[in-house]
Order: sequence, then structure tokens, then C-alpha cells
Amino acid sequence: MGKPIKIRAKVKGDISEVKALMPHDMESGLRRDAETNELIPAHYITELVAEHNGEIVMTAYWGPAVSRNPYVSFSFTGGVAGDTIKIHWEDNQGDSSTTEAVLK
Amino acid sequence: MHRRDFLWLLSCAGSAGLLTGCMRGTVRGDPYEASPFGNVRLLHFTDCHAQLLPIYFREPNVNIGIAGAAGRPPHLVGRHLLEYIGAATGSSDAHAFTYLDFAAAAEQFGKVGGFAHLKTLIDSQRDEAGKGNSLLLDGGDTWQGSATALWTRGRDMVYACNLLGVDIMTGHWEFTYRDDEVLQNIERFDGEFIAQNVRVTEDALFDGVAAYDEDSGHAFKPYTIREVGGRRVAVIGQAFPYTPIANPRRFIPDWTFGIRDDDMQELVDRVRENEKVDAVIVLSHNGMDVDVKMASRVNGIDAILGGHTHDGVPHPLIIENAGGKTLVTNAGSNGKFLAVLDLDIGNGKVNDYRYRLLPVFANLLPADSAMQAYIDDVRRPYLDKLQEPLAVAESLLYRRGNFNGTFDQVICDALREVRGADISLSPGFRWGTSVLPGDTITMERVMDQTAMTYPETYVRDMSGAEIKTILESVADNLFHTDPYLQQGGDMVRVGGLNFSCDPTASMDYRIADLTLDDGRTLDAGKKYKVAGWATTGAESPGEPVWEVLAEYLRAKKTIRVDKLNTPVLKNVAGNAGLADYSGALE
Amino acid sequence: MKVHRRLVLKGMLALSAIAAWPRLLLAARPDSAFSASDADKAIADLFGQTPLDSEQVKMKIPDIAENGAVVPVTVSTDLENVESISIVVVNNPTPLAAVFLLTPRSIPSVSVRIKMGQTSQVRALVNAGGNLYSTSKDVKVTIGGCGG
Repeated sequence: MGKPIKIRAKVKGDISEVKALMPHDMESGLRRDAETNELIPAHYITELVAEHNGEIVMTAYWGPAVSRNPYVSFSFTGGVAGDTIKIHWEDNQGDSSTTEAVLK
Repeated sequence: MHRRDFLWLLSCAGSAGLLTGCMRGTVRGDPYEASPFGNVRLLHFTDCHAQLLPIYFREPNVNIGIAGAAGRPPHLVGRHLLEYIGAATGSSDAHAFTYLDFAAAAEQFGKVGGFAHLKTLIDSQRDEAGKGNSLLLDGGDTWQGSATALWTRGRDMVYACNLLGVDIMTGHWEFTYRDDEVLQNIERFDGEFIAQNVRVTEDALFDGVAAYDEDSGHAFKPYTIREVGGRRVAVIGQAFPYTPIANPRRFIPDWTFGIRDDDMQELVDRVRENEKVDAVIVLSHNGMDVDVKMASRVNGIDAILGGHTHDGVPHPLIIENAGGKTLVTNAGSNGKFLAVLDLDIGNGKVNDYRYRLLPVFANLLPADSAMQAYIDDVRRPYLDKLQEPLAVAESLLYRRGNFNGTFDQVICDALREVRGADISLSPGFRWGTSVLPGDTITMERVMDQTAMTYPETYVRDMSGAEIKTILESVADNLFHTDPYLQQGGDMVRVGGLNFSCDPTASMDYRIADLTLDDGRTLDAGKKYKVAGWATTGAESPGEPVWEVLAEYLRAKKTIRVDKLNTPVLKNVAGNAGLADYSGALE
Repeated sequence: MKVHRRLVLKGMLALSAIAAWPRLLLAARPDSAFSASDADKAIADLFGQTPLDSEQVKMKIPDIAENGAVVPVTVSTDLENVESISIVVVNNPTPLAAVFLLTPRSIPSVSVRIKMGQTSQVRALVNAGGNLYSTSKDVKVTIGGCGG
């Protein structure tokens, strides 16, 4: 299981802004271990889905060039305070994480 | 020397008057007095680098401008600059603005700056403007540069600025203290600390780190509105955009910087729309060439009062942009100058302005007694340490200049000798005072060159290729044709190493002909023992550089600089930012 | 007259968007584009077309990276019918960094942080109304110099 996602979602007028931070190593597969000099296997989030009250509002596909502990922000219309925001990711090693937050 | 004697000296020196050409309506006799003008007076000093007492500061003879910056201020040195300001050789202006005949002129005109003298000048300028009609702006690099600032973690300067009456400041070297110390000093500061271009990182915001505005992420208040002379003036802060690159990020991990000129434009538009202001001023630590470019891209700023690059530029540059014109200034360093921008503003616009960059000649301005008492108090616990005599200078010692300075050569020589290295590297800082020939080099003067929070030295093996990469990288930060890609420092100083530099070339093609002092060619694949200090990454293991330098000076007793490791320069002969160069020109 | 023309244009855009939709509605991660070692190939693989430079695509990214491992970038646009926003770092070993698929409810603006191994051009691509638009900027990755 991946670590929980930190989510801050705020609605201002008709626009809901979501900011999310995902603790994840995002190993590119190109780095070497400082001690053993062995390549560290690639381990990175490949897919991210964001839902508002069960409806997908954004999907992201990522490569290993997204920074460690990825941060993403995006906005959509039609949300109101109290609605549910759900973010789910999957990585190349089969790990995943899902976190829900309330739109404020 | 009494003030009257000094005025006499000024007339004897053949000067046509202080600040010839940029000071109209001067009452002859007092060079600081001016006829009334406008309704708002902005006083600006910058980059004082914590010099509480009067000092000597030699302006550069190498300050090369590349591409669009060639041949215009601040890239004019020596006679080119004299011609530009219309000052006579040997005049007080010539001494204030140029390096010409520095040692002799310094003997003649005395020291410059000092907060007690600056205080007297500021008070008289504010009195002249009338109560409530002026603002005092500090462009930053105020809390660092002296031993006492380091030892009090910038506090001595915060209280000195409170006594001086600073209304608003922004920063750069302020951020070389730990973030919690920065915030504590801002608490102690009676004025406002502003910066539109410093944000709390997203990670830190998630962790609950405090921000001025959590939604925008501004770490500090971005701008302030002040009522001055019955008018509304907006002042926007622009901290040094590359602080976490040029200085250690580890002290301020939660803050992120950048030029952010798109954010600047949005802010200027918003301020103009919502705040009913008569003028928009940017208090900037971008560096002059960056300010010039920003002024060409952002509309609606009336004046950018700039610092960082330590350029004593007597007249503002007037930069055109899609929205009109923007004045760009740079007000020198080390407390040597006070800029006075008089504005005639109203109905949302600037009708007229007058700018003067006043040299702060300590002999001409009696010390303010309250400020002097404060300075004496602050220094008292440290006096023995500060006044320790280490050696006597036989040569003029200075730092400022694109390439090596004599004081940096001494640092490089000390690093090589004390740490037993083939090659030494010393950063191209622009702060650091000058020592006249015959004067004693005290610990205080050593600290003027070295007092900072990451002074640790290192000795490590580097390949010839790595050394070249460092030189190329720093040269690119100095000579890139796009000012937004410059960082405003000077070239890294080297000891034991010689090279050629073509400032007009591109990255990886500027540096060539690397040889050791004994004439051997630097081998790209071979390892050399390199000593240096001030690493911005992890903390280095060695003793602070001032200890190395002090040990070297005590042993030498007298210091003469006969050989400067300064590069052979290519393709810049005739550049107005280059004169009396001690190396070869090709 | 003007109103009519606008309506017609809007209708045409909607048509072309529908025509292009199947290609853009990625049902799965475009793995081959992510593994391409050449930026142009990755873009061709992903979109089947070359982008047009557009001032309507806006990218906020530093001129000099504070840290090449964490370079914040925001891509936004005032184009309509935006289907996706993508970010490409030309000099990275695999240049395609991220693809964001938007929906009709999306505000076309996304922020993310990317890694840059060296100084590189960074391209932002916006797929809107079936057409591909882009903007680019050079971002310097440096060991840092010395402060003034």
C-alpha cells in the first residue's frame, strides 16, 4: 500500500481548486546506490485519477521525470463545499493509494 | 577634518561641484542641499553589507557589459563613467563613482558611509522634505557583511535600521541566516519586510509552515501602500530571485524564489486597479541588468529602485515598455551612497522626478550622536577581537571587479599555503571593504571579506575537467546575454591557476588555456588538490576561512600583491566596462 | 453577421473535436510515448501531429531551476475545448514527463513539479478542439554562482 495522499481542496465561487501532495520516491531507474553502485530500480507513479462526487475530473499519466513526492494542482467547475474529492494513484510496481477529502 | 575644510578641499580638487550634472538647483556650498521639488521624497540605500562605521570602498575597473548591456551603465568604469557623469578628474565625484587614483583620493577625501553619518544625511533630507513627505527604503544585504552582524546574527543591523528610520526593506543575504532567525529579525524590525517573489514551498504549506498568505503562498507581505505627502505610493518588494542557488538552500528550505515577472505584472495591475495609487515603486534586489529587462517586460511601474550588483549609477536609466516608461536605478553599496528620488505625483501618475545619488562622505557629515552611541555599544564586547592587528598592507587591497581583486588574491594565496593545495577557489562576492597601502589589516577588515554563515573551508581532489566546468558555469552566470540567466556575482577567483576568458562566447566556450602557476597545462583527466570555501551545498568540514586568512596574515606580517591570477581576456578590448586591466587582452 | 460567423466557427470546432476525440481519450497510459528518447518522437507518438506555437498556451516555469530535481511548472491556456495538457523536457533521457487529461468541467490549468537533469528546453502542449498547440521555454540548471 502506498502512503496516504495529502489533499487540500477549496471552492471559491464556481471554481474548486485541488492541491495534492503524494509521498512517493519516484525513482527514475537511472540512479545508482551511493554504496553498492547498483542501479536503483525504477519506482514511480504512472497514473493518477481525481474524482469529484464520483465523477472523474482529471486523469494524469506520468513518467519518472515527475519529482519525488509529487505535487499536483488542478481546478474544475461545479463543486460546492462539502463535496467529496477522491484521488487515486497507481505506480509501476503495482502499488496504489487512494485518499478522500472534503471540498471546503 | 572639519566640514568647512572639507568643502574647501572639494573646491581645491577642481570639482565643478558634487554630483555635477545630476543635481540641479544646488545651493553652492552645501553639496547635499537641494531646492524644493515635488511632493514625495523617496530615500533609498542598498547593499550596505552591515558596515556600521565609515570605510573605504574601491569601485571596479572591470565591470564588463555583454550584448545589450555593453557601453551603458552600470557597465562603464573609470574615465568612461567620468565622461558619462561629466565629472572632472580628481573631483569628489570622480572618487565616489570610480576607482581612479583610488589610494591617493581616499587619503584626500576620507572614508565613506557609516550609519552615524548616513543618519545625519537622512535626517537632513527628511527635514528638507517636510514631515510625512518621505519614505526610507532599504534594498537589502543589510544584515550581513561585518563581524558584528555575523556574531549577532543580523540583530545589530536590525536595531541600527530602526534607529535610522527604515520604513520598508527587502532582502537577499538576510536569507543566509536560518529561516527562524530571519523571521525573528523581521519581528524586531520596526519597518515592513516585503517580497512578492518569495513563496512557501507546496510541501511546507502542507506541513503547516506559516505563510503571509496561504492561498497565494507568499512567504512575506508582497507590497505595501503608504500615504506620503498626501499621495498614495505603492512599494512592491522584489527579493534576490536566485537566493537558493547562489546561497545555501539548507538555511531556508521552505522558501522558494524566482524573478516571477508575470506575478509582478499581475500585482502591478491589481494594485493600480484597486488601490488608487499615485505611484508604483519596486524596491528590488534583482541586480541592475535584471531590473532593466524586467522594466522592459512589466508595465505600470514608475521606478525600480535597485541593488544587488553594487553599481553606483548616478542617473536612472529610462526604460520603455508597452505601458510607458520606467526608471531603473542602482544605489551602490557599503553605505557609500544615499539615493534621493523626488517625485511630483498626483491623480495616479508621475508628473516629474529628480534623482540624486549622494555620496556619503563621512568627513562632511557629523556623526549622529545617538546612532554613534548605539554602534559603540554594539561593538564594545567584540573590540579586542575586531582590532587585532594581523599584518600591514603594502598594496591597496580591494575585492570588487569581475575578475580577481587584490584582497581575494590574498585569500587565494592563504588557502593554498595554509591548506597545502595546488589551486584555490574563492567566490566572486561583491561586498568587502578596501584597505589602503600602509594601513594595518585588522581582524575586522578580514571579517569584512569573509563574515558569513557558511565560511567553512575544504580541500578536495578535483579533475581538470571539473575545475573547467566550475569556471564555465560561473562565467555563464556572469556573462550570459540574457540578464535573467545572470546571478549578479563576479567570477570565481582563483589561486595558482591561469586561464583565458572570452566573455562574449557561449557556455562551455568561454574558458580556455588553463595552466598552473608553474606553467604546466591543466590536464582534464588529472586530479588536483583544490582548496576553497563558502560551499552552497553541504557544510564543508574545514575551519572558517577567516581563521585561515588570519593565520596567513599573522605569519606574513606585510602583504604585497605582485601577481594577480586574473585571466587573459578575449574579444572585450575597448569595452567601456574595462580599464587599467592587470592581465593581458587579446 | 459577426454572431453568425462565430457560431459557425464554434460548430466547426465542436465537430473537429468530436472527430479527434477517440485518439485523445486515452484509455490507458501511452507507454510508448513515455519511453521515447526523442521529444519529437514522443509528441508524434502521442498526438500524431506536430504542435503549432501559440501565445494562448502559457507556461510558468523558472528561468533558472533552484533545484533540478524539483522544478515547478504551471501550464494554462485560454483556449477552449481543452482535452489534454502535456509537459516535455527535451533533454531528459525520456522527454515526456506528464500528460493531464481534462474534462469539460476542467479549468485548463495544471501545476506539477518535474526533474531536469540538465539545462533544457521545456515544452508545454495543449490539445484543444482537435488541434495541438504549444509553447516552450529554456530552463537553466546550474551549479550556482556567487552572490552579489
